[in-house]
Amino acid sequence: MTSETSAVVVRDLRARRGAHPVLHGLNLTVPSGLVVGLIGPSGCGKTTLMRAIVGVQIVRSGTVTVLGRPAGSAPLRRRVGYVTQDASVYDDLTVRQNLLYFRSVLGVPLGDVDRVIDATDLAPYAGQLAGSLSGGQRSRVSLAGALLGSPELLVLDEPTVGLDPVLRVELWSLFHRLAAAGTSLLVSSHVMDEASRCDRLLLMRGGEILADDTPAGLLGTTGTPDIEAAFLALIASHPSVDDTFPAGPTDAGHS
Amino acid sequence: MNPRRTLATAGRVLTQIRHDPRTVVLLLAVPSLLIGLLAWIFSDTRVFDTVGPAMIALFPFTIMFVVTSITTLRERRTGTLERLLSMPLGKGDFILGYTLAFGLLAVLQSSIAVGFSVWVCGLEIQGSIWLLLAVAVADAILGTTLGLLASAFARTEFQVVQFMPLLVFPQILLCGIFLPRDQLPDALQAVSDWLPLSHAVDALRAVATDSQDAAYVAGELLIIGAWIVGAVVLGSITLRRRTP
Repeated sequence: MTSETSAVVVRDLRARRGAHPVLHGLNLTVPSGLVVGLIGPSGCGKTTLMRAIVGVQIVRSGTVTVLGRPAGSAPLRRRVGYVTQDASVYDDLTVRQNLLYFRSVLGVPLGDVDRVIDATDLAPYAGQLAGSLSGGQRSRVSLAGALLGSPELLVLDEPTVGLDPVLRVELWSLFHRLAAAGTSLLVSSHVMDEASRCDRLLLMRGGEILADDTPAGLLGTTGTPDIEAAFLALIASHPSVDDTFPAGPTDAGHS
Repeated sequence: MNPRRTLATAGRVLTQIRHDPRTVVLLLAVPSLLIGLLAWIFSDTRVFDTVGPAMIALFPFTIMFVVTSITTLRERRTGTLERLLSMPLGKGDFILGYTLAFGLLAVLQSSIAVGFSVWVCGLEIQGSIWLLLAVAVADAILGTTLGLLASAFARTEFQVVQFMPLLVFPQILLCGIFLPRDQLPDALQAVSDWLPLSHAVDALRAVATDSQDAAYVAGELLIIGAWIVGAVVLGSITLRRRTP
């Protein structure tokens, strides 16, 4: 896979979160135009990896190339949408005021605000303060902000946590619609049943990638009936990954 | 940096505050209440006329420092700062947007504090009340920008909170309220000559007693202005897009 067809290329990435080494020489590729799931338990380094891709994480060594440019470089800031694990929205602004502000920062047309409100099913709450919404609604506001300006790459850190099943299905179909329109998506989750909804999977544990495959391919190579069993089979065959690796503050502090 | 993003940020901060009427009331009334308390304490003496002008410098300065550094701390904690810095918002847009929004509040707060001191507490001002207001406003904006600088320097919330005693308290101790600055030990006097709050207090006293001409006050205002600009520039430079 060449870098032209890849949304993200990570080479030998090492990073610490606080005092803990979280990523120790990570290599991976996120192909473009697909929904790629980053699946792994809390504390395995998913958030640190995503922060490195977005360019807000101090990395110790290695390279992260996003859409052909070094991660975090200025032109990428309007081409990459990022949703943090906790909804990063202003609680003392209404849904619409939040999105209007993000719109001004991005410099995208005013009409885009209504488009993302509709896409995330937030129209009934547009005039409410974000702080008065439920957790799931707030995280949708956060997601709506990342959809503004239709970025080429969306980095979504556990976007479906706490959502009711109907809404979760709707969001996954939104992700696939976006991918069909050419957007690349990297979506993290610790819920294994979401893995089967992805085009490709990156299974992560203890700061390392255990597998990089399609869901079907993964079940085939491991000879297991579901992703959870496949994950367990992979862990059993990877003695190099330290079972007792301490969970850094990465995910633990955010979940 | 870009004027549209700076103004959008200032507007957003003001909209946030507007949604919190209690904060608006506290922000505008607390300095005046503290000045009123002080006037009451010294009601049977002449002390208030000496320390009153200094208090117009002290309370708005400290309160704006605290409010600004806590607000930006909140941006850090809720992840909105990280989000903004992953977007095409310049670091200068962020700092200057906050300076404009809180600067506007500083104008209101200082006007109320000056009006309350003069017309309710009976503080005697020999010089121009407009000059007094100008110094008070500059001083409150200084508190805002130092608060922004502190939170830009800090990488964690704990660090932000500790910048308050580090950056504000020494200025209060050395600004001449406790001991006239010319009676300080030489080394401390030299330090206090460089601190902006000293110049704010000197300028307010000069206006209150009409002991200096307008050029002197303008000079002091220029020093405070230089600190404001310096804090904004340094705050923009030191704000980190990448954090550990």
